[in-house]
Amino acid sequence: MGAPRGIRSPCSRGEPMVAFIVRRLLQSVLVMLTVALVGFALFTYVGDPVNNMVGQDTSLADRERLREELGLNDPFPVQFARFVVNAAQADFGISYRHGRPVEDLLIERAPATLELSFAAGLFALVVGVPMGIYTALNRHGWLSKAFLTVSLIGISLPTFLIGILLILVFSVWLGWLPSFGRGETVQIGWWSTGLLTRDGLVALILPAITLGLFQMTLIMRLVRAEMLEVLRTDYIKFARARGLSARAINFGHALKNTLVPVITITGLQLGSVIAFAIITETVFQWPGMGLLFIQAIEFVDIPVMAAYLVLVAFLFVLINLIVDILYFVVDPRLRVQGGGAGL
Amino acid sequence: MAEPLLSVRDLRVTFPTRRGVLTAVDGVSFDIMPGEILGVVGESGAGKSQTGAAIIGLLEPPGRIASGTIHLEGERIDRLSPDKLRRIRGRRIGAVFQDPLTSLNPLYTIGRQLTETMRTHLDLSEAQARDRAVALLGEVGIPAPADRLDAYPHQFSGGMRQRVVIALALCANPRLIIADEPTTALDVSIQAQITALLKRLCREHDTAVLLITHDMGVIAETADRVAVLYGGRLAEVGPVDAVVNRPLHPYTEGLMACIPTTHDRPPRLAQIEGSMPSLRAMPAGCAFHPRCPHAFNRCVAERPPLFDHPPSAAACWLWAPEGARAAPRERTAS
Ligand SMILES: Nc1ncnc2c1ncn2[C@@H]1O[C@H](COP(=O)(O)OP(=O)(O)O)[C@@H](O)[C@H]1O
Ligand code: SF4
Ligand SMILES: [Mg+2]
Repeated sequence: MGAPRGIRSPCSRGEPMVAFIVRRLLQSVLVMLTVALVGFALFTYVGDPVNNMVGQDTSLADRERLREELGLNDPFPVQFARFVVNAAQADFGISYRHGRPVEDLLIERAPATLELSFAAGLFALVVGVPMGIYTALNRHGWLSKAFLTVSLIGISLPTFLIGILLILVFSVWLGWLPSFGRGETVQIGWWSTGLLTRDGLVALILPAITLGLFQMTLIMRLVRAEMLEVLRTDYIKFARARGLSARAINFGHALKNTLVPVITITGLQLGSVIAFAIITETVFQWPGMGLLFIQAIEFVDIPVMAAYLVLVAFLFVLINLIVDILYFVVDPRLRVQGGGAGL
Repeated sequence: MAEPLLSVRDLRVTFPTRRGVLTAVDGVSFDIMPGEILGVVGESGAGKSQTGAAIIGLLEPPGRIASGTIHLEGERIDRLSPDKLRRIRGRRIGAVFQDPLTSLNPLYTIGRQLTETMRTHLDLSEAQARDRAVALLGEVGIPAPADRLDAYPHQFSGGMRQRVVIALALCANPRLIIADEPTTALDVSIQAQITALLKRLCREHDTAVLLITHDMGVIAETADRVAVLYGGRLAEVGPVDAVVNRPLHPYTEGLMACIPTTHDRPPRLAQIEGSMPSLRAMPAGCAFHPRCPHAFNRCVAERPPLFDHPPSAAACWLWAPEGARAAPRERTAS
């Protein structure tokens, strides 16, 4: 029928928005609890937290006292509940390596990762959507074929390789762009931004392209496939029969219908962009949460690792929720109706 | 006689495929007078939709008009540039498709779809277009049209949506509407309403209709004249009364025998022995000869041209002048 094909809408037709959001919130909480359990298991089963905190010369009695203080002798459910309550208040304990509260470390690093992810997502959208539209409308053009071929490369090359290739070409050979770091940043409250200086923006280019390239090719192919399918629908044929201009049909009618599934995928991809940032941050020595996480693994800095897992999961869930709500904005069929149906 | 509004001559629509060229419409000719309703009947695959699509320039590639001419109000329209054709669609020739559930863009209000169409073709402000849209929705029988303008397609039932589609087809006042099975997808109980609405509106607006259907009952009630297609070819064309009551072509005769006299069941075609041949296996000579009770030698060897037998014309050797029958037989009431 008239429903968008491909990716299904997340909610059943006519379900009130509030009920839908409440249902999704409950699901989100469940997901977060599961992730928290994994994070907590890290604490309990990977290494000994006390060993990680104290020096070689600490006596056994001291260790036992610390253990008691930290609540490590409490039963499992109590410990887990404490972990969840603390995590909900963004309290993940003290980093073994840095000796500072984990949340402070994360807050310090978050702007770098978020700005990088946002720039990568923006790049993927701004380049991927027009390329998808172009390749759908000019299916047999040589440029379309070139785009598709190049996108195959984008999909099949691993991120770190793309990053290294870009560094090789633009930093080493051409010397145009920096190969590591964030450049000059400006502090606005607790947020350090690289978006306000030329240096910071230039430093953002290569990492953002590296991180966004995969999503860009994905979005391009998705837009192309969806657009081709929409162009075959009856309402597009009928729009042609009404004599609408090609422009109105392609960009007014077809594109809007194409965007419904594109919004979902792109939104969900933004979550994975944040997660995938680990690799890009490592390649470019980008001082974000991903780099923090990689370094934490080297030092078995469990609190940082657990916090990172929980945080990334949280961002995933949050983005999912926002995407679902966006459906209501875009697709009128999902909005609550003030009667009138079934006339 | 007045000049025809639409004149189709020897129209051939072909689909070049890997396994040879398929001829979906093969030498079809007919005229539509201003304000006239021409019914086009035939079994599924007879070439009805392709004929309509060829007229409005919406054949799906690789389908193309291989030969023949189409004139609209004296102007040849089968070789126009895509942009000139586009300006004819909606403005001078409107269209109603089969499935109202899928004909409307789900993401736009019906008001927007109406005003957009009007403003594409007519020089109207948004406010004028909205006023006109309200009036038109009222005309097609949407209750409280001013309130419904901002409703989305899914908020209407199938029958109501087909009314909206008809309003869309009429909104720039075209001279001709091509209605391709406008009631087939609808609930039986509302089919008659929609047919009656289409007929009434076209009378009021003096709009001619090419009414494609495989429902002989609809034709008998609605059309002024009928063209019968078989295997992409015109079998018979003539005034509805003559074609229904004094059919010339044996195929038409078979069709008419299928019209029930009561209305408790929608009349459908094809109670004739056998089935229409596929385009890939079109018989030589008369396409109907394998099923024809009157077939003789010539039918197998030679394709019959259209023989005039006023008020109708039929492509059947029985009506060749040299071997003409005395007169068309009266159809016996069944
Ligand atoms: N894209 C296509 N490729 C090949 N043949 C086609 C295509 N579209 C339609 N046809 C053929 O054209 C013939 C006429 O179709 P159509 O006009 O849709 O019949 P109907 O009378 O049922 O509306 C059919 O036999 C069909 O096989
Ligand atoms: S031409 Fe021959 S086969 Fe064809 S309809 Fe007439 S009698 Fe039958
Ligand atoms: Mg058809």
